Amino acid sequence: MLKVIIEKKLNHFNLVVDFQVTKEEIVVLFGPSGSGKTTILNSIAGLTKANSGIIKLNNRILFEKNKTNIPIQQRKIGYLFQDYALFPHLTVWKNISYGMKSEEFAHRLMDELGIAHLENQYPYEISGGEKQRVAIARAFATEPDLLLLDEPFSALDDETRERSHEELLRLHKLWKIPIILVTHSKAEAEKLASRILYLDEGLFLK
Amino acid sequence: MTDINLSPLWLSFQTASIATVIVFIVGVFLARIISRNSFFGKSAVEAIILLPLVLPPTVVGFGLLYLFGKNGFLGRLLIDWFDFQVVFSWYAVIIAAVVVSFPLMYQSAAAAFQKYEPNIENAAYTMGASKWKVFWTISFPLAWPGLLAGLVLSFARALGEFGATLMLAGYIPNVTDTIPLAIYFAVESGNMEMATFWVVLIISLGFTAIFWLNWWSKRNMMRYSDSQKK
Repeated sequence: MLKVIIEKKLNHFNLVVDFQVTKEEIVVLFGPSGSGKTTILNSIAGLTKANSGIIKLNNRILFEKNKTNIPIQQRKIGYLFQDYALFPHLTVWKNISYGMKSEEFAHRLMDELGIAHLENQYPYEISGGEKQRVAIARAFATEPDLLLLDEPFSALDDETRERSHEELLRLHKLWKIPIILVTHSKAEAEKLASRILYLDEGLFLK
Repeated sequence: MTDINLSPLWLSFQTASIATVIVFIVGVFLARIISRNSFFGKSAVEAIILLPLVLPPTVVGFGLLYLFGKNGFLGRLLIDWFDFQVVFSWYAVIIAAVVVSFPLMYQSAAAAFQKYEPNIENAAYTMGASKWKVFWTISFPLAWPGLLAGLVLSFARALGEFGATLMLAGYIPNVTDTIPLAIYFAVESGNMEMATFWVVLIISLGFTAIFWLNWWSKRNMMRYSDSQKK
């Protein structure tokens, strides 16, 4: 269970949000560009610091103004970036094993996602859809308590995107952890979300 | 031609190598820390670091004399504490080389660390890797082509340093006579043959370094990008 109550001053407005995500849920943050979606993910992951509030994950306080600010490395949060941010100089296997908890689980993930045969390839040698699956496997391999996805499907063609949606739903069913997904696409939001939070200029619309 | 004293060659190589090692280590860490962070006065700090690049070497030499001279702040300290005078010593050659080559290393390194997506490092952090691990396994290897370019340029610059060296280290045969100084004083004393020997040598070294660097970067700069896809 993730609980987020934060305020953060941005350039043109204040981000003020308050929400929760249970481990059965995929919550979608939906809204126009620049509405604060990525800032929410970054604050949860610890890449930026909120001005005030509290972030709590499974009874562990990750952030509380003037009291706690757990470093990124110890938050146990998987983060899938929009551009995947694969390590370009490392092979697929070295990418996935970089932060893995168990080798067996990592191999199982690769089988599950159909990327086991890419093990020794470099990111520049594989397709966009494959990169995305490698990034998902890499994030899951750390066995995180929470998964953040920042528009992970936006660069894919329709067919690959469809398949990726199915895969995400399947993985979520298998390894129940709370997931927050940021997207621009209404169809994607409706297909994947247990709940949609509409964000505009830093506030949730009721 | 038979009686050429080769000590300037060894001295130049020795001092340029030591200066390059110092410049590389300090330059890489400083560039990594400064280039990816924003703080008050960052532009001013970077301007000061790059200043020796645009100043005449004599001005750099003057500044160093001011600092390390008998009555200079650092010079005084070294004499009081260690009874050691920097000016006109082998160490002065290294100090001059470090100061003039540092901006080249810093500039190359700062550019190299800004070349890849910051999220690549962030992804490693979210996977639990320490700052040290991320630096050695992600940042350093990704920046390596640019760092190597800085290394070669700094070495070439250190090898060719003249003005600041002359002012701080002077011309003391077998102690501070690097190749550029040897050329100047050979011409001064009318020994054109010796000057030509050193000129040809240093042009060959410089050409080889730049030629190799260009060839190597063409092959390696784009190593992991999609444009290399077969």
